[in-house]
Amino acid sequence: MAIHPIIAALRKHKTGTVLIVLQIALTLAIVCNALFVVTQRLERIHRVTGIDEADILFVSTSHAGLSADTDSGKARIDADIQGDLQTLRKLPDVADAYESEMLPLSNDNWTLGLKRSRDDRRGAPGAMVYADDHAISTLGIKLIAGRNFQPDEIAQHTLLGMLEPSVVIITKHMADELFPNGDALGKQVYMVGGATKPSTIIGIVDRLESAASQTDSDNLSWNSMLLPYRMTESQRYYVVRAKPGRLEAAMKSVPAALYAQDPQRVIPDGQGDKAGVRTFAQIREEAYKSDVGLAQLMVAISITLLAVTAAGIVGLSSFWVGQRRKQIGVRRALGATRHSILYYFLTENALISTCGVVLGAALAIGFNLWMVTQFEMHRLPMPYVVSGVVLLLILGQAAVLGPALSASSVPPIEATRSV
Amino acid sequence: MFAYYLSLGFRSLRKAPILTALMVMSVAFGVGASMTTYAVFRAMSGDPIPWKSSKLYFPQLDVWGPKSRAGNQANGELPDTLTYTDAMALMRHRTDVPQTALYPIAPTVYPDDPTKKSVAVGGHAVYGDFFKIADTPFRYGSAWSAQDDQNHALLAVINSDLNERLFGGGNSVGKDLRLNDRTYRIVGVLDHWHPQPKFYDLANSIAFGPADDVFIPFTAAVDQQMPTNGGFGCGAALPASGFAGILNSNCVWVAYLVELDDASQVASFRTLLQGYLSDQQKAGRFDWPPNYKLRNLPAWMDLEQVVPPETKMSVVVASCFLLVCMVNAIGLLLAKFMRRSGEIGVRRAMGATRGAIALQFGVEAATIGITGGIIGLLLTWGGIAWMHHALPEDVAALTRIDVTLLAETLLLAIVSAILAGLYPILRASGVRPAMQLKID
Repeated sequence: MAIHPIIAALRKHKTGTVLIVLQIALTLAIVCNALFVVTQRLERIHRVTGIDEADILFVSTSHAGLSADTDSGKARIDADIQGDLQTLRKLPDVADAYESEMLPLSNDNWTLGLKRSRDDRRGAPGAMVYADDHAISTLGIKLIAGRNFQPDEIAQHTLLGMLEPSVVIITKHMADELFPNGDALGKQVYMVGGATKPSTIIGIVDRLESAASQTDSDNLSWNSMLLPYRMTESQRYYVVRAKPGRLEAAMKSVPAALYAQDPQRVIPDGQGDKAGVRTFAQIREEAYKSDVGLAQLMVAISITLLAVTAAGIVGLSSFWVGQRRKQIGVRRALGATRHSILYYFLTENALISTCGVVLGAALAIGFNLWMVTQFEMHRLPMPYVVSGVVLLLILGQAAVLGPALSASSVPPIEATRSV
Repeated sequence: MFAYYLSLGFRSLRKAPILTALMVMSVAFGVGASMTTYAVFRAMSGDPIPWKSSKLYFPQLDVWGPKSRAGNQANGELPDTLTYTDAMALMRHRTDVPQTALYPIAPTVYPDDPTKKSVAVGGHAVYGDFFKIADTPFRYGSAWSAQDDQNHALLAVINSDLNERLFGGGNSVGKDLRLNDRTYRIVGVLDHWHPQPKFYDLANSIAFGPADDVFIPFTAAVDQQMPTNGGFGCGAALPASGFAGILNSNCVWVAYLVELDDASQVASFRTLLQGYLSDQQKAGRFDWPPNYKLRNLPAWMDLEQVVPPETKMSVVVASCFLLVCMVNAIGLLLAKFMRRSGEIGVRRAMGATRGAIALQFGVEAATIGITGGIIGLLLTWGGIAWMHHALPEDVAALTRIDVTLLAETLLLAIVSAILAGLYPILRASGVRPAMQLKID
């Protein structure tokens, strides 16, 4: 099939051609970037936290008016916490529990870090996780090296203030960042924030995501440090693992037991993220609500856009076929086969689409570069552009197939009509 | 003549129902997507205090030095809150412009009635000037005085929700409120005050969170050692233990808000910040030159990303989508109009002016625009209903269809249809009578 006559014919339809080229180009640019956003968000949503998420409850409770500033106040709060934990661990619905200030994805983030020596400039940032000897079993995280805390290592500590634990358990990601040779276990490190006493790394857990669900930084997501502390604050959180299948029951029995332990406490009623008792599934849903929303919107826009563009191609091609019925008739009368008419329109569309996708690829990259400056987005990887190009070429051919088939069925007799 | 064109338009639209439907849906989808995302954007980017937003200023001080920003902190931005020491120093410096240090608190209210459960409430510790700066509407009573601030008085201003819950909505001025382990006397009740975003403390609060229930004097809150319910950031050193350690630390957690009415006040406040920082440098606290920022509310909202990047991105992508829909509509209209070249030729030969042809096709384009607009409105309505599931509660409550949005949607639809129609109309009215008559 010679291309020359197709180009000659397209010159007669400059506007229509330009419009389709433009439409394909814009569609490509938008769909590539939209789907890139979607995959990035989906990757974020599907990050594995490292904890065994089923059966976990996060309970917020406060008992105001107790000062963590005085020794007596601190002792009272600490006694309360230990009493609460004993009560919780004895409940028939509960497998295990501990007190902490953070849970993965809760977006209540306290970041500190570790240094290899006191005057190490860089060190590694890491999420603070107040924990005790029950934390690993409650969360269901995997200890891959070293040992767990022992009960006598757990001390009391306020949320803010200098931290100098004698022992610490860190995630593998953090261990590898601090000690790339893989010999982190047993090493002495210093807490960021002015610690003068070293902490010994006694254990390494496989994986534990931080509370910062919205970050794209690997450090902030995967560096976590378990500190052997009960948080002595009037506002505190319990992480509770229900026995399998008893989460629903635990949601009622846990707050009831806590109220029985201390009727003066407050466990907020609230809905959504304001609720005092939340399952991990709720926390996960809240954490990724906006990501899911954005992804759905982008998918909806992409699908509609492709449909609109396909419809546009069908519309304009049908118009062109209608306009050229006589010429098609003449060609058929002069011996052109149905196939050659079909191929004519398919090739014409391929030509237009190719121009469109070339322009579109450039637009897609340009659009992405602009988004990078505006929205902290990443660079668009080439495979997205390539698949977008292939997708639109196929879409173009599929859209033109109908009009091209109807063109190929124009009978030769048409040549003799209406003159 | 207009009615005739309208009937011609309808007839022509009915003759090619699929093409017509394509065009209408094209306009409708484009308008629906862009208006849905715009409605969310509008809800989040609204000015919470339009009459004085450009007069509200938020200072930032470089208390950690340039080294702290090397690499780790986003965009090398200064911390968005102050240390307690600096906030108190600023509060002491000036008395002629309204200003307040403030921080979020979450005390527990213990009701007098023992059968009622105690509840944790949200609030802010502020200075008396706060109510003047924020123009808070009082239902009963008023703010406390500067003297009360100095006396560390146990006073409270509560919002109408809490007043409803505790006192059945009556005038509760003078009554007692038990917060944590102290009793505060209520001096004022606000009238459903819930600015969104919560402009006075964007650094510490969720911009579209619940309304604050209670306000107490900053000095009293510090006396009572109420911890901050907001952010807490430290440079190189963590605080020593205890509340005193927090107050004396170089950690930032206190928000600061000042109202500056004109350029000269802004200039003198800048001089004040500059002077304060160079004094601190001379005293040996910093080994870097004075560095500060003073942004007004619109710039501050930008810095604090009140409108999240996701929302902006959605608007951009949806607008591009509308653009494609318009290109699509242009192509289809062109095809539709040019298919009737013969009809145009006959009309022109019989004396119709180019203007008449343009009007005829303009009416047809506008019909498509209006129909597309109406369907687009339905899509927007559906889109917003869907958004209500996807958005945080408080933002969803702000995102709604009102008369303005309704009018804007229809306007956008008609303008896009006419814009899309311009070139095809031009081409149609340019059809020469003789050419068409000859061919047919």
